[in-house]
Amino acid sequence: MKIVGLSGSKVGSKTRTAMDYTMKAAAEKYPDAELTLIDLAEYDVQFSDGRDYREYEGDTKYVAETVMEADAIIIGTPIFQASIPATLKNVFDLLPAGAFRDKVVSMLVTAGSPKHYLIVEQQVKPILGYMKAQIVQTYVFIEEQDFYRKEITNDDVLFRIDRLVEDTFVLAETYTKIREAKEAEYDF
Amino acid sequence: MEKYRIDPSKGLEFGLYTLGDHIPNPSTGERISAQQRIKEIIELAKLAEEAGIDFFSVGESHQEYFTTQAHSVVLAALAQATEKIKLSSSSTIVSTLDPVRVYEDFATIDLISEGRTEIIAGRASRVGNFDLLGYSLRDYEELYEEKFDLLLKINEEEVVNWDGQFRAPLKNAKVLPRPLNGSMPIWRAVGGPPASAIKAGYAGVPMFLATLGGPATSFKRSIDAYRQAAQMNGHDPSELPIATAGFFYAAETTQQAQREVYPHVNQGMQLINGQGYPKQHFAQGADKRDVMNIGSPQQIIEKILYQHELFGHQRYIAQMDFGGVPFDQLKKNIELIGTEILPAIKKYTAQN
Repeated sequence: MKIVGLSGSKVGSKTRTAMDYTMKAAAEKYPDAELTLIDLAEYDVQFSDGRDYREYEGDTKYVAETVMEADAIIIGTPIFQASIPATLKNVFDLLPAGAFRDKVVSMLVTAGSPKHYLIVEQQVKPILGYMKAQIVQTYVFIEEQDFYRKEITNDDVLFRIDRLVEDTFVLAETYTKIREAKEAEYDF
Repeated sequence: MEKYRIDPSKGLEFGLYTLGDHIPNPSTGERISAQQRIKEIIELAKLAEEAGIDFFSVGESHQEYFTTQAHSVVLAALAQATEKIKLSSSSTIVSTLDPVRVYEDFATIDLISEGRTEIIAGRASRVGNFDLLGYSLRDYEELYEEKFDLLLKINEEEVVNWDGQFRAPLKNAKVLPRPLNGSMPIWRAVGGPPASAIKAGYAGVPMFLATLGGPATSFKRSIDAYRQAAQMNGHDPSELPIATAGFFYAAETTQQAQREVYPHVNQGMQLINGQGYPKQHFAQGADKRDVMNIGSPQQIIEKILYQHELFGHQRYIAQMDFGGVPFDQLKKNIELIGTEILPAIKKYTAQN
């Protein structure tokens, strides 16, 4: 199974820190999975100009194609100005409509304020639903106070990250089985 | 309709179109040569003519997995190889070509074919031609509108005076040769949503509507919008032909048809659009209400007649060679069209 972690911001370190914990948890629990972490801070991705995602070049092409080839995607995002960062939205905009069909997508969110808790519900899930993702409904919401010098100090957050990883894998495997069973019925 | 060489009393016209795609056969992973693919397209048109099919058209896509970039050259070969089947592009991407050269080419093909040639002019759904031929995608819409207008003007006027943004002006220019009967049918290629259909209606030009999959009733909206726009702009919709074009594949049973063609459609979409065709959607395609004509001959006849009742269109154009379908299977399809599908469709749609 191909799992892509997508750390959605060029700013700050908390989302990347949480993603590192997440990818580590995934590698320990699922050693056979093919794991790739894309931290958008490390890539020079251009703005979407509407072309076919395979016709971009360099980092943009790599990011778009890697996400398209994934079976499941774990998105990590901070909340900026009461929304997701433009860098993350741009990745969605690079991809075709229906890009997340037959993919499971889960999320972890870092935020400076608990007031941002519902932003995932109100702003991210509608995008993922439109793009046909199977969404892991429960996301991990991590606040400033849960970090200390690039480490997560709140055990509850660590437990929730473990559960997020497990839910992502279980749902991806389950949806694959459901789809295979359904497709076998078609007989073509 | 006469201006567009369509005689409604003979019933719904049936045609074939190819994008000229060049895709490996998914069951073997092997791909025939570009030369063989082009020769098979020419052979297909000859067989279509023998089976009584009315129309055959070839598209241009300038990117990997295609072979008929020079579609007008292929059409010239078809003009020589056939005698009565109507020939057209599907589509000519006039946006990135010079309308004068397009007209010269197609008028010449019309002379070779003795008055059987038409042009379907589109804006491109795959945009490889923009970079390759030196145009900016930013001008996508304006390039098309300006050049399509010029193409229509050349068709209507023997001496052309014109100036625009994307081509040198024409002063008392004669675009020669003229087609056999002075002008050719020129259609506007339209994708799914009504916005583009409305533009075709305003211009009062025939509409070629791509209907790949989904409920027929959804496409009916574009057809209604087209006729309404034509009416509002002073054109008579009853004089404007409509063609629909979409996936087609016939086999003895619907299940067999799905089984034979699904891997081709899925892989073809994967390679040229970057995403395969979901099985669930494809399975729904068997429903009579879905516009995709894949199934047993009887199922296809029912569907085409249902679509005809709904759309009142004049021509249906089938795409059955997409995604590396082997030539033997195409021949079998032509046989089923000629012996079963075509006679039934003509019988029920001819106005006696």
